[in-house]
Parts: sequence; structure tokens; C-alpha cells
Amino acid sequence: MSTVSSRTETASHADVELWIRMYRQMTAIRLFEERVNELYTRALMPGLAHLYIGEEAVAVGVCEALRREDYITSTHRGHGHCLAKGASPDRMFAELLGKAAGYCKGKGGSMHIADPSTGNLGANAIVAGSVPIATGAAFSSKYLGNGRVAACFFGEGALGQGVVYEEMNLAQLWKLPVIYVCENNLYTEYTHVSETLAGDILARAKSVGMAAETVDGQNVRAVHEAAAKLVERARAGEGPSFLCCNTYRFHGHHVGDINREYYRSKREEQDWKKERDPLAVHAAWLVAQKHADAAQLEQIEAEVKAEIAKAVEFAINAPYPNQEEVDRDVYA
Amino acid sequence: MSTHEVVTREITFAEAIREALAEEMRRDSRVCILGEDVAEAGTPFKVLSGLVEEFGTGRVIDTPISEAGFTGLGVGAAMTGIRPVVDIMFGDFITLTMDQMVNQAAKIHYMSGGRWKVPMVMRTTLGAARRSAAQHSQSLHAWFSHVPGLKVVLPSTPYDAKGLLKEAIRHENPVVFFEDKMMYKMKGPVPAEDYTIPLGVADVKRAGEDITFVATSSMVQVALGAADLLAEIGISAEVVDPRTTWPLDEQTIVESVKKTSRAVVLDEGYERYGVTAELAALIAERAFYDLDGPVRRMGAMHVPIPFSPPLEDATIPTPQKLFELAREMCGRS
Ligand SMILES: Cc1ncc(C[n+]2csc(CCOP(=O)(O)OP(=O)(O)O)c2C)c(N)n1
Repeated sequence: MSTVSSRTETASHADVELWIRMYRQMTAIRLFEERVNELYTRALMPGLAHLYIGEEAVAVGVCEALRREDYITSTHRGHGHCLAKGASPDRMFAELLGKAAGYCKGKGGSMHIADPSTGNLGANAIVAGSVPIATGAAFSSKYLGNGRVAACFFGEGALGQGVVYEEMNLAQLWKLPVIYVCENNLYTEYTHVSETLAGDILARAKSVGMAAETVDGQNVRAVHEAAAKLVERARAGEGPSFLCCNTYRFHGHHVGDINREYYRSKREEQDWKKERDPLAVHAAWLVAQKHADAAQLEQIEAEVKAEIAKAVEFAINAPYPNQEEVDRDVYA
Repeated sequence: MSTHEVVTREITFAEAIREALAEEMRRDSRVCILGEDVAEAGTPFKVLSGLVEEFGTGRVIDTPISEAGFTGLGVGAAMTGIRPVVDIMFGDFITLTMDQMVNQAAKIHYMSGGRWKVPMVMRTTLGAARRSAAQHSQSLHAWFSHVPGLKVVLPSTPYDAKGLLKEAIRHENPVVFFEDKMMYKMKGPVPAEDYTIPLGVADVKRAGEDITFVATSSMVQVALGAADLLAEIGISAEVVDPRTTWPLDEQTIVESVKKTSRAVVLDEGYERYGVTAELAALIAERAFYDLDGPVRRMGAMHVPIPFSPPLEDATIPTPQKLFELAREMCGRS
């Protein structure tokens, strides 16, 4: 597992800015998701809600290594990816509530947020459904020579799908600028990884000769450092790579998944929340290294909270789409 | 619905499915279940709760998220002495199994000159209205109905679900069984004793004189709801449920339309090139001279199912829409 290099003493102003920004981004995702949880529980949000709480460092660490015009693809658990890539919370919430002001005019909902202005090719509700799309985006980047990189987020559950292996083979053959980011949160819906995956995760990528590494997905700097290196490689034409981020979802598979003891223990959940909360880990480090003090972090949290509250307000008051919208956008 | 002089309980659609599986698994040790989160979780809809406790993980088998893989494995297992019931969580994911079902399962018996058979069941879901958006709301049963070699079952009541599923499991051919997600909690009378319902026999869910509604799965409730509304204004609607799209009980449908001389066909699949088209063609071909006017159809609007509640609601037939159409067809608008 790669560790964070110890160049803290020589941290530049830009480094510190990045670390603080990453804290802010993770806080934004956390608070966003807490409000989703609440909206859903109060029956204000239709459909399903898959929370990203606990996994914030992965989306933020990877997306901070990308440029705005770089691409991402996301999953059913996608709010964090979309926010980290630059989506704004008000239009996100509006989409989650099915409102016309949402990123997809309310047509997509929680599992399908897409936003061309931030390079977001879309969240996808088919497990592994976005792996070919990200690979295709990397293909056009190479074809058009525009230097863009694609980051493809998926859970370890997606490794069950054959198409992932077809795409990794193609990407490696053609040296496509794509990073496959596997979020190993240990469970698919209700099943532990040991019951769904045989063998070693990295070996899958290595079998086609792809660069592959594992990183602590609860440490945003570690994720960022690893991702930055792989993105740079991809941009330089050195081909695809695979980044396995070990992480954990703190909540259920979706908001309604409350009684979870039949597939994972309360104790395990508590341990992760107590010892491996990515926000707490990063905050403690920032303070210990004197890059920030507690008051500064509280200030960030207060600012983000206010922004999120405003966004929720906006979404709740926003109108639903007109019925005429229903058969628009079927064809371009 | 056929009446039985035996002990009948009110159970839910989900319980009927679970009972059918449990009884068949007790009867035949070759019957097993393969799918994602089917064991301890009992599926996200909890339809299979309790089965793993009785039959163990050797027969209620959790798979990785590999729809093509475990469906194809099911085909091979069915050819070689197992009777797998393959669980595809959402009907939308049958797309991932297409080669296994269409080029393999459906063709093997014929291509082998009748030497191999594939006694396999695929259980999956259909139906919108859960605010689950475009990749979790489709009703794609027309696709399988289109392919020779497959049989397609669409139960609309707990009674039908149990009898048809038991029949499907005992059947010698690949059968695809579509369950409406919105129906799992619906209750209905189900006899306690063993029974099966043959594939290819329609059921008249309500008798009537003035107009026929041929409705499948989720649309049976819509048709019954509209029939209630019509009764209030003196129009008597008959509701015919084919129960299987293939084999298709043509005779029951045609006889009903000949009697009433008006027909609307309803199905939750996309209206274009779907089940409604096939049923309307059947009526036009075989009851044309008995009709007072054109056959009408209602299905899902030709759009990906939207997430936003007011938009989603506009895409599927409702009792009110059907009521208005039928009233107009009966010259009463
Ligand atoms: C093709 C397909 N099969 C099944 C599902 C149902 N499903 C939704 S999420 C999920 C588990 C996904 O696990 P993983 O990929 O590890 O992501 P996580 O939920 O852990 O983030 C499953 C089985 C689906 N959406 N798509």
C-alpha cells in the first residue's frame, strides 16, 4: 500500500491550500449526504438514496487530481463523485427531488446525475455500466489529442461483471488515458467481498499488464497523491491504471437498509467510524501539522452547512418539470 | 379466478412466490436458487426471506454481480441435471443476460434436434412507479416473448403467481417469470394444497358484456379499477388476463372480444412494437368482423422512464385514463 510521503515540513502554500480545500470538499459531501438522509427519511425525496458517507476521501482525492475538463463516470452511490468534480449542491438537490432545476431536469434523479460542464459523464445505476463509457471517453481523448483523462469510479462489486475485463484489456492494448478507481467498501449490497470475489483485486489489472496499486481510501492525501501520479502518467500517454481504494460505507446500502447485523456487525461499523473516518483523520492531521486550527475547521464547516442549507431550501421550493417535458430529450 | 373447495388463506404475492419455491425445493432436491443477495438478504424486496434458513447456502446461492455469468451457468446446469431458478433483481438487468437467454437457452433444444433441454426458470421484475428512474423501472418482457424457445409468464395475483411458478419449475423448457414489484404486498386468496396452473391458459378476471380489456401483470389491476368506474355509469367491462405472453391463449381472448365487440389491450411494456401490438394484431386477425371499432392499446409511453414523480406518472396507464378511453369507445363520452 502506498503511503503519503513526509514532505510536510516543506509544504508549500499551494499544498496547504489543497489540503484545506480537500477538507472543505469532504465536509460538503458529508453534510450533503446527511441532508439527503434526512430528506429521504422525512419522505421528501422519492426513489432510492445510496449514501457516500465514509467514502468521501476517495472522490475528493481523485477529483482533486483532475482538471475541470477531465472526465469522470460515477455509480448509484454517486453524489460524492459529482460534488467532488464540481457540481453545485443546489442543482444536485433539485435533481434528487425530481425538480426542473436539477442537473437532468428531474429526469435522472439520484442515480443518474450528469453534468457536461464539469466533465461528469453520468452516474450509472447499472453496476459496471459506466466502465465502458469511461474507457470510451479515454479513447476520444487519445483520438482527438486533447489531453483529457477519464476517471472511472466503481465499487468492488463491479468486478463481478465481465465487461470490466473487456474494457481493461482494450484500454491497456490501446494505452488509453483512463484510471479505474475501485472503491472497495467491503460489501456489495448485503454481501461481504469475500463471498463475491476470488483472488486478488490488483491481480486482475496486472493480468493485462496494467499499472495497479492499493491505497488507504480513508486518507485523502494518500488517495490524492496516488491519483495525481496515475493521472500524470495517463496524460503523458503512458496508458491506463487501476487504483484500489480501501474504504467503508458508514450507512446502509441505501437509506432504508437499517437492520444490517445479518451481514455486518455494529462493532465493525463503530470501529470504522471511530478510527477511520476520513474527515476526522484529515482534520486531526491538519491540526497536528499546524496547517489549520480547530477554529478554522469549524468555520469551514459552518460555511458549508449554510451553503447546503440554502441548496436544500432552493430545491424544496423549486417547481417540478412541466408535463410536456416527459417526451422531450428522447432523441437529440 | 377459479374457485377451490379447499382451505384458502389470504397471503401476499411475495409470500405466494416464496411458498412456491419452498414447496418445489422440498419436493425436488435438484431445484436451487442462484442470484445476487438471495440468501441471507432474501433479495432487496425480501421475497426469499427464510429460504436459506431452510435449504442452506448450498441451494440458495449468493452470486457475485455477474448476471451474464450466473445465467449462463444456470443454462449449463439445467442441461445437466439441476433445476435452477435464476434471480435477476430488476427486469432492467435482463439486458446483461441476453446472449445466454436468446442465443443459448432458447436455442439449445432445437439446435440439438431435441437432444438437450434447458429446464430453467428466470425470475425477474417489471413495472414503474417506484421513482427508480430509467434503469430500474422497465417492463421488458416483450423481448423474451419475441424469441422462439422461451416461455414468458406474467402473474397478476398471488394465486396465479404460486400456481404458475410451480408449473414453471416443473417445466422442461426455459421459462422467464416476470413479477411486478408494486404487487409484492398485494394480498389474495391462495389454497394451502398443492396446485399448478398450466402455461398458456388465460383467466377471465372479471366477466362483462360491453367491452373487453386484455391486460397483463400490473395492468390487470388498472383494468379492474377502470371496470369498477365503468360499472358506475352502466358499462360492463370484461377483463381477460392471458397470464403468459407465450404460449398465448388466443381462443379466450378472441371469444371475449367476439362477445363484447370492443377491445382495449394493456401492458406495461413500451407500447411501440410490444405486447400490446401483438395482442391487437391477434384480435384484428381473428375478430375483425365482430368489432365495432378499432382495437385500442395502452402501454408505457415511448420514453425512458423519468425519475420525477409527475413525469413518471404521465408515462403509465391508469384506471382513469382507461375509463375515459372505454367510455368514449362505448359512445358515452
Ligand atoms: C447490473 C446490475 N446488477 C445488480 C444491480 C443491483 N445493485 C445495485 S448496487 C449493488 C451492489 C453494488 O456493489 P458495489 O459495486 O460494490 O458498490 P457499492 O454499493 O458497495 O458502492 C447491486 C447488486 C445493479 N444496479 N446493476
